[in-house]
Amino acid sequence: MSTQVPHAEQGIFQKYFWSTDHKIIAMQYLFTGMAMGLIGGYLAYVFRMQLAFPGHSVPGFGIVTPGEYNTVVTMHGSIMIFWVAMPVLIAAFGNFLIPLMIGCDDMAFPRINRLSYQIFLLSAVVLVASFLVKGGAFGGAWTSYPPLSASGAYNLTPLGASLWLVAVALEFVAFLLGGVNFIVTAMNSRAPGMTMYDIPMVVWMIVLASIMFMASVGPLIAGAVMLLFDQTLKTGFYDPARGGDPLLWQHLFWFFGHPEVYVVLLPAIGIVAELLTVFARKKLFGYKTILYTTWATVIISFLVWAHHQFVAGIDPRMANIFSVTTLLVSVPITEMVFLYIATLYGGSIRFHTPMLWAVAFVAEFMIGGVTGIFLGASGTDIYLHDTYFVIAHFHYTFVPIAIFSVFGGLTYWYPKMFGRMLNDTLGKVHFWGTAIPFNLIFIPLFITGAAGDQRRTYNYALFAEQSRPVLQHLRMFATFGLLVMLLFQLVFLFNFFWSLRHGRRAEANPWMANTLEWTVPSPPPHGNFAKLPTVYRGPYEYGVPGRIDDYWPQDVPN
Amino acid sequence: MLERYLTGASTYAHSIDHLFLLIAALVGFWLIVAEIALFWLSFKFRRKQGRPTQYVTGEEKHLARWVTIPHLLVIVCDIVILVPALIVWFNIKQTNPPIEQTVRVFGQQWAWSFQQPGPDGILDTADDIRTVGELHVTVNTTYRFELRSRDVVHSFAVPSFRLKQDALPGRTISGWFRPNRVGTYDIQCTQICGIGHALMAGRVIVETPQEHAAWLIRASNPALAERESPPASATGASIVAEVRR
Repeated sequence: MSTQVPHAEQGIFQKYFWSTDHKIIAMQYLFTGMAMGLIGGYLAYVFRMQLAFPGHSVPGFGIVTPGEYNTVVTMHGSIMIFWVAMPVLIAAFGNFLIPLMIGCDDMAFPRINRLSYQIFLLSAVVLVASFLVKGGAFGGAWTSYPPLSASGAYNLTPLGASLWLVAVALEFVAFLLGGVNFIVTAMNSRAPGMTMYDIPMVVWMIVLASIMFMASVGPLIAGAVMLLFDQTLKTGFYDPARGGDPLLWQHLFWFFGHPEVYVVLLPAIGIVAELLTVFARKKLFGYKTILYTTWATVIISFLVWAHHQFVAGIDPRMANIFSVTTLLVSVPITEMVFLYIATLYGGSIRFHTPMLWAVAFVAEFMIGGVTGIFLGASGTDIYLHDTYFVIAHFHYTFVPIAIFSVFGGLTYWYPKMFGRMLNDTLGKVHFWGTAIPFNLIFIPLFITGAAGDQRRTYNYALFAEQSRPVLQHLRMFATFGLLVMLLFQLVFLFNFFWSLRHGRRAEANPWMANTLEWTVPSPPPHGNFAKLPTVYRGPYEYGVPGRIDDYWPQDVPN
Repeated sequence: MLERYLTGASTYAHSIDHLFLLIAALVGFWLIVAEIALFWLSFKFRRKQGRPTQYVTGEEKHLARWVTIPHLLVIVCDIVILVPALIVWFNIKQTNPPIEQTVRVFGQQWAWSFQQPGPDGILDTADDIRTVGELHVTVNTTYRFELRSRDVVHSFAVPSFRLKQDALPGRTISGWFRPNRVGTYDIQCTQICGIGHALMAGRVIVETPQEHAAWLIRASNPALAERESPPASATGASIVAEVRR
């Protein structure tokens, strides 16, 4: 399957930049995602400083003008979702884990895989380059509603707006290519004996996320092309003066945008499933139920998009349908969370760093979940729509997804990726230094949102109700939380890079886990398995009665 | 509950606040139950020497019901939330109480402007009163608003009224509100609309009928109005100043 000659000498360029090895491509995605994460974090720092100390020069940036503020919030959202959560959760973990966990030597289409990363890198370059063009990077929010986004005269970032669209479109192409690979590989290249119900949950979740992405992204790509035409060729798809309709974009965007939330959620809960079972030494509570509830989530999530548009000028009767479907989607998700909690029952839980992240994921994600009910209920959404309540709500989902589960996954698979152990003490320091400040940032924002703070507003000076000192104190408090959280990321970066050279050498299976990636040396050699494995059982056989070991790897014969 | 954070000044503010409270009570209860279960299990089943793991698949009936029963109760709570949520929505967005006054609201980069009938009480006549940034209304009067945008998408929001509606270019979207408390309240734009988004502030001034009548006389007398309606130029100047900075 592999297109490379295994033993030929490879130059550094060939090995690290032109490789078709799924593990190298995973690392490319991971490091690109981490670099983009640093940019996204810096942008958050800039606008939180502006909100806490309006009009003051932000150290490391300078005075934030209203135009720059719009650019900064737009890019923070776009980068964190499209260039951090997607590449790290789906592409990095998907590429690294799928072939290793299902027991094959590489992806089904290694060269398409390489192309996928190259297009992704190009999209990142286009996006970062858009900061440098005249007018600066796009400043019309990551949702890019026309007519604001369609005309440079309105958004004052004409070049940035088009480059943003091009970058997003390229990024989608990259993930379509990657997703095809994930689905085909997981369905066709599994080790002999691995049935559908023996597939580790994280692989299932990445596959389902790829299916969702493929099914939802088409309308948005069509919409993006029309928007690009509106911008550059002066067509009128979204211009009401010429028979177009700005609402069309909102439907196309959210038809993609809401499933997208679940596209990043699913890999995260897949990672958490692996962590909970390994560190609790427990079989996953109701594997099949989790799988079916995920399918239900996938299907229902295509029917909820207009809950982003209750007050957008759609027919108000539509809101009733979408309110019902939105609360309906809480049914499978609740079931899933309950099953995760139940998995801990009867376990023997080891609180290593990855497990702390996994438990914190469940604890924090539940807050994000329940606050979504306020917004899905159309009555309360009238007031809360486009306030900081929404921001706090989706950060309580997205931060557990894109930060907690990613750190959990990285600290867990780090020995497999790099052949060294991370320092567990530093890992725990980093965990508490991230999890506590995270709550300090967003709990105050629930309150400012409930008090009416509207989004994407660089200064509340003109709004008497929003200028009350108590609200300003809450904004400063949130910014303080962010500063502490950002500071503690240095601990992780130090741990990550220091351990690459100085960490304790990792044996093949340091966590005593069952899945196939732990049967090969750390890090796995090119081609992964010396002898392709055969699978005899499911991935979560921990604590099986009558065995001396409390784990039972998938490839060990009975 | 929301009243603690921001005054309610319209008739439907209370129904939204009550709905918020209902949801907060129900989801708050379930959140606390679930968090306690999570942390209690984490603590109870922490690693202890000599205590082996239990082998549980999750398909045992006596264990699965610990998940199934709460889950069914959650679904019941979903319905308990959904019904009042839809009723509140229906009353605010899908029904029109008898209308006493009509006002046109225009959003544009970056100001709200308003068109109200003058002393003759009829819209689109010569004595219509047009204001920028300030909307004067009478307390305990049901207003119909007709919302339009002149350029991009804006969102007309009066947080104290719990009122929010996007303004779309190319269509007129109508709705209603009935202020029930005298005072001055903020108007926001809650949909990003360009670099002046944060400058798109307005005020709605809820007056007693007497105050409103006095305002009507002043506003419909051009000589008086000339002297005290600076908002248009002032807003413009401040935007230019902000942009230049």
